[in-house]
Amino acid sequence: MRAWLTPRNAFVAALLAILALLPIYVAVTGNSFVMTLFTRIMILAIAAVSLNLIMGFGGMVSFGHAAYLGIGGYVVGILAKEGVTSGLVQWPLALLLSGLFGLGVGALSLRTRGVYFIMITLAFAQMVYYIANGLDRYGGDDGLTIHHRSEFGGLVNLSNRTVFYYLCLALLLACVYGVWRIVNSRFGQVIQGARSNDRRMRAIGFPTFRYKLVCFVIAGVLCGLSGVLLANHTYFISPALMHWTRSGDLIVMAVLGGMGSVFGPVFGAVAFLMLEEILPPLIKPFAALFTILTGIDASHAHEYWQLALGPLFLLVVLFARGGIDGLLLESSRRA
Amino acid sequence: MLYLIEQCLNGIQLGMLLFLLAAGLTLIFGIMDLVNLAHGSLYMLGAYFAATFAAVTDSFLAGIGLGLVATLVAGMAMEVIAIRPLYGRDHLDHVLGTFGLLIFFNELVRLIWGPAGLTLSLPAEMLTAVQVLPGIYYPLYRLVIILATLAVALLLYVLVMRTRIGMLIRAGASNREMVGALGINIKLLYTLVFGLGAALAGFAGMMQAPLAFVQIGMGENILILAFVVIIIGGIGSIRGAFVAAIIVGMIDTIGRAFLPDLARHFVSYSAGSSAGPALSSMMIYALMAAVLVFRPEGLFPASGK
Repeated sequence: MRAWLTPRNAFVAALLAILALLPIYVAVTGNSFVMTLFTRIMILAIAAVSLNLIMGFGGMVSFGHAAYLGIGGYVVGILAKEGVTSGLVQWPLALLLSGLFGLGVGALSLRTRGVYFIMITLAFAQMVYYIANGLDRYGGDDGLTIHHRSEFGGLVNLSNRTVFYYLCLALLLACVYGVWRIVNSRFGQVIQGARSNDRRMRAIGFPTFRYKLVCFVIAGVLCGLSGVLLANHTYFISPALMHWTRSGDLIVMAVLGGMGSVFGPVFGAVAFLMLEEILPPLIKPFAALFTILTGIDASHAHEYWQLALGPLFLLVVLFARGGIDGLLLESSRRA
Repeated sequence: MLYLIEQCLNGIQLGMLLFLLAAGLTLIFGIMDLVNLAHGSLYMLGAYFAATFAAVTDSFLAGIGLGLVATLVAGMAMEVIAIRPLYGRDHLDHVLGTFGLLIFFNELVRLIWGPAGLTLSLPAEMLTAVQVLPGIYYPLYRLVIILATLAVALLLYVLVMRTRIGMLIRAGASNREMVGALGINIKLLYTLVFGLGAALAGFAGMMQAPLAFVQIGMGENILILAFVVIIIGGIGSIRGAFVAAIIVGMIDTIGRAFLPDLARHFVSYSAGSSAGPALSSMMIYALMAAVLVFRPEGLFPASGK
């Protein structure tokens, strides 16, 4: 019999409980920073979950996933600038364009594999990045401020911070559930089969190219949604949204969280964005100790927390290939 | 016409810098099968080292020389400490691990040199322009870059094609296991190749430094261009890298110089000014995508692979 109360499940439940109850904590303490931070975390978690669908389950390492963030964001921003603020126009159009972009990129990229795939997805993302840079009317490389969040008539009011927070949470859960259903469907089995042995899958009669392409498009649409939310969240879009290092961040989130499971990237997004909050205070006591022992002033050491971040990635790659989720699973098995 | 020739020279000059970066990258890629996103950090380190040593010794040449040695040592240390465990793992691991190194080096540079950036100023005699063709003047320093890089390219060619170590490098590129099985110290060879790549990248950084600002993250955008170069040229092929670097350098420079004017015919003046550079950058990536789709092995694939 499988025990349900494994450390991993407890962890997932705790995280979900925290996410669900956070607005209450914010209402009591008035600490709205936490809410902004977690809204951002959930939005990027959607992007990481979508990347993991193609990267973790499909073996398609896309180094241009941030392009969809940009496409989703720019559709919202450009329409808002042109006076179309209705979310019923903005959102479907953003998702449609993300999907079409995914279709085009996928149709060309999926002919290649390995490092060539990494590079061609990067190339297409760079093209979108430079298009955004060249859009003089929409801010060029300075970016564009969005004055109003998408409007849904009287349906939901996104300008309300709590409503927006819960919308992001709901969409994140829907994405995780959707990806989980995809992964465990026949379609998902074909995708995973193609990852481990593409030739064999084709030999037994699956047109894997088509399967992978559909999967690639789905991931693009989901990440486009993340871009739509991100633009609404920050009231701002700029080409920096899809700088290649942003695509790197998304890969880090997926791998850090664990590519083996649907929920892993959510852990990854939380960990990646929380490290910025957690590492500096962690460094402070060590710096103080260092000052006491050596007499050298290290009171600014916590400002250089990224110095620890980089080697941390390397250590994850070398020793914790399964990411956070893998570590939790292992402790679950031992329990 | 004068403008065109000047821009062509600029294109060649950018191409030569790209070649310096791409040559190291393609060697490391071809021989160790390693995707190294931290290669741009070595470019940045080279510039910082040269600027620092030039300030200390008060001599441009000494700055370059000491900077080269420092980058070589930094590169070899980096290989031994952080890169070695990544060999033989899949490319995703390389991307992630070296992405971590990139963040680390950006932060390390901020810690050591501060966030403000440095300048590397040229000696006064370099600041003149020379007449390259009747009536056409070109900055001396840019010519020096072209010639110095050509000399390095020639040296590299001789090193790879005419020496014993070059023979080992080529052998390593076509069959790593076999070279190891024949009793060659493959670890040492890898460290040497990585150090060589680092020195080339650092040299590119310090050559570029007087023309631009020495700052954190300076290697990030040019690194991606260098990747484009090695994909177009064919992974592992130095000859391919050379040709592709000049193609990319030319497209970028000529595009930036002439596309804004062209674009202004169709849209407003300011829209054209920002669309032009964007278009020329896009053309480079479109070329790379086309190469990947139609000739995935690159224009000049390394022989024997």
